[in-house]
Amino acid sequence: MTRRASYDGVVLAAPTTIPYRRYSTETAHWWIAQALRGALKTANLKPAKLDGLSVASFTLFPDTPVGLTQHLGLSPRWLDSIPMGGASGVVALRKAARAIQAGDADIIACVAGDTNHIDSFRKLLGSFSRFAMDAGYPYGFGGPNANFALLTDRYMHEYGATRADFGRISVAQRDNALKNPNALMKKPLTLQQYLDARPIADPIALFDCVMPCAGSEAFLVMREEEALKRNLPFARINGTIERHNAHIEDPIQLRGGWTRDIDQLWDMADCSPDDVDLLQTYDDYPVISVMQIEDLGFCAKGAAADFLRDKDMTITGDFPHNTSGGQLSAGQAGAAGGFIGLVEAIRQVTGTAGPTQVPKARRAAVSGFGMINYDRGLCTAAAIITGEGP
Amino acid sequence: MTDPLTPAPKKNPLVRTPSPTQPPALRSRAALGLTAAAATGRFALQTCAECGAVQYPPRDACSQCLGPDLPWQDISPTGTLLAETTVRTSVNPYFRERMPWRVGSVQLDAGPVVICHVHGDVATRSRVLLKLMLDRAGQGVILALPPERTAHMADDPELRAMSSDPHLRRILLTDSRHPFAPDIAQALLQAGAAAVFAGEPEGWLPNPNRDALGALGVDIMPLDVTDTRSVQSLAGELGGKTDILVNTARHLRPGGALARGGTGVARDEMDVNYLGLMRLAQAFGPAMCSRTADGTNSAVAWVNLLPVHALMNSADFGSYNASQAAALALSQSLRAEFATSGLRVMNLFSGPLEEDWYQPLPPPKVTGKALARAIVSGLQGGLEDVFCGDVAQDLAERLRQNPKVAELELRQEGNA
Repeated sequence: MTRRASYDGVVLAAPTTIPYRRYSTETAHWWIAQALRGALKTANLKPAKLDGLSVASFTLFPDTPVGLTQHLGLSPRWLDSIPMGGASGVVALRKAARAIQAGDADIIACVAGDTNHIDSFRKLLGSFSRFAMDAGYPYGFGGPNANFALLTDRYMHEYGATRADFGRISVAQRDNALKNPNALMKKPLTLQQYLDARPIADPIALFDCVMPCAGSEAFLVMREEEALKRNLPFARINGTIERHNAHIEDPIQLRGGWTRDIDQLWDMADCSPDDVDLLQTYDDYPVISVMQIEDLGFCAKGAAADFLRDKDMTITGDFPHNTSGGQLSAGQAGAAGGFIGLVEAIRQVTGTAGPTQVPKARRAAVSGFGMINYDRGLCTAAAIITGEGP
Repeated sequence: MTDPLTPAPKKNPLVRTPSPTQPPALRSRAALGLTAAAATGRFALQTCAECGAVQYPPRDACSQCLGPDLPWQDISPTGTLLAETTVRTSVNPYFRERMPWRVGSVQLDAGPVVICHVHGDVATRSRVLLKLMLDRAGQGVILALPPERTAHMADDPELRAMSSDPHLRRILLTDSRHPFAPDIAQALLQAGAAAVFAGEPEGWLPNPNRDALGALGVDIMPLDVTDTRSVQSLAGELGGKTDILVNTARHLRPGGALARGGTGVARDEMDVNYLGLMRLAQAFGPAMCSRTADGTNSAVAWVNLLPVHALMNSADFGSYNASQAAALALSQSLRAEFATSGLRVMNLFSGPLEEDWYQPLPPPKVTGKALARAIVSGLQGGLEDVFCGDVAQDLAERLRQNPKVAELELRQEGNA
């Protein structure tokens, strides 16, 4: 395989989160505009001067990012649309970074945002993909809950994990969320409450599930000189990977596409999982975080339950994980769920995370997972980023 | 073990009848192949004509070799349950009011993995037998069953939601004078029907089936499908408690156009076979459609008995077949009109019956017992199209192969 070019000279800056809301009367356009506005303000950049835009959203219909340019009065010379759900953050970063390196754009705003109206989640589910329409939702219409219940059931059977093993992830993230004033979940969660929660789709119960909500996230990609000129704290990109529809032969998903590319990720970043100060996984369900912890090489396949048992996953712990509370406690704002970990990681390694700041956070691993097209998530991606820290 | 169903208590007129809701109904064009297979009780999946790979979910190009030709072929319905869940909450109203609902992930021996409904008697991570069935949206879905029959298996809530099982249901045969009415009534009662009613036009005329039906406990009620008022009157009395309607009314005389002088007999045929069906549908259809979510004895199916030559005519009963072709066309309209309620229209096609009107024809012919069995098994399987007997199955196969050749063969047979 050709050795991949490094991302030298490209940086990430202006991490922006618009506080989530359970339901919103606003549209995706509004949410995206607000995140974009926040990022541009941070960079002291007029919208008309922005020459690159990357958008991820499920609820822009009937518009596409093209329509959004006119709606928002933008005139980019580089425009991208990332329909990859939970992998959209890292994928947007990968594409934007290469465009900046090539000089196709000077500053690219990567934005993800979705609204959540009453009943819009049900409507989104019903038209999510052709395979879901034909072969998923006619079966109990449990949505992703049912899909992940099947994976969790199989995972527990294969590797002997227990509900409490998954529960520790949800509980630690709630602890982190209590420090994030924008998290939707504001009450502490105990392991016992997790275990006693209302069953949703066995073995999945209430605190295994994310709460659909409205929200948006954004960051800017630019050359290092540009960030220095604008006096912006920034993060460097050390390595990235992306893979779609991996392990076709697996009858049920117990691993993701990360396993195919993981050596490349750590090679490119010239470090190992031991060197990482914090990890942001895509956490639509704890079993998926477990899968990422294994597949990114933090522990062996099937060993995550043991590995996590003596780890402290909170902000001040020895294995800080999903430090803003993640989607499990901050909420799942559609495609912004694919950005939440990356935007938080940029804040962490640039020392701007405020109340959720991990001490000495310099290197972060971020991974994304997206698009339950039928029986499994198809998109996987990961990135290692570094900064000066707090 | 499945809990046996118990008869529904007497209906409380003060309690609101639940409105019918539907599982997701929208499908891609390719996925309708599942529905077509389910309608006749086959287990078929797309198979690549080039590399033989079995495909699921249905698609437009082979996932192994990108081959464009994916004909539907019968596949071994066996597999292994890999994982399962019991869904306890759903944003879809149909499933929401039927929770909990068991679904699973099954690896077929033929290759693909399917997410499917799972019968309550299937053991965890065990071997399963898959069945393609129509759900209440009228779409083909896969249900995993235990490999061996179990006690009260048909009473499983998921299977019952897809079948049109006569067990504990009340059934109306529209004409008690059909030569096979006693056989049909007996088979339905043996299958556990709660009650069978049978219509009788022109009650002053003799009815050779009266004693046999009476002995079975069938209630004979006045019903003349050529008389709108008579149909409305019985619908007023029985419409709210007819769970399955079997249209046994027919007007049958031999001959095509030239064998007759005038159109009088053809008018009678149309009046009974086509307009009779329409009158019944107008009077009983709305009441049945409103009761498809009414518990154990909900309204579930509408059965039409049609000659298989309604699909492709033969001259020996040319005029009768033509009127039944009109009835067949109307039944297709009824399917669309009943669709949102989940009320299933089952068309049972048969060749010549073992009875007086077909006396000159050679065997094979369909006996009353065979026809009755086909009705019951078709209802239990929740089918939409049933081909009963050798003649019907043979013509169906010939129509699948080449409809024009089938027409030409029928023409030759008529002239032989």
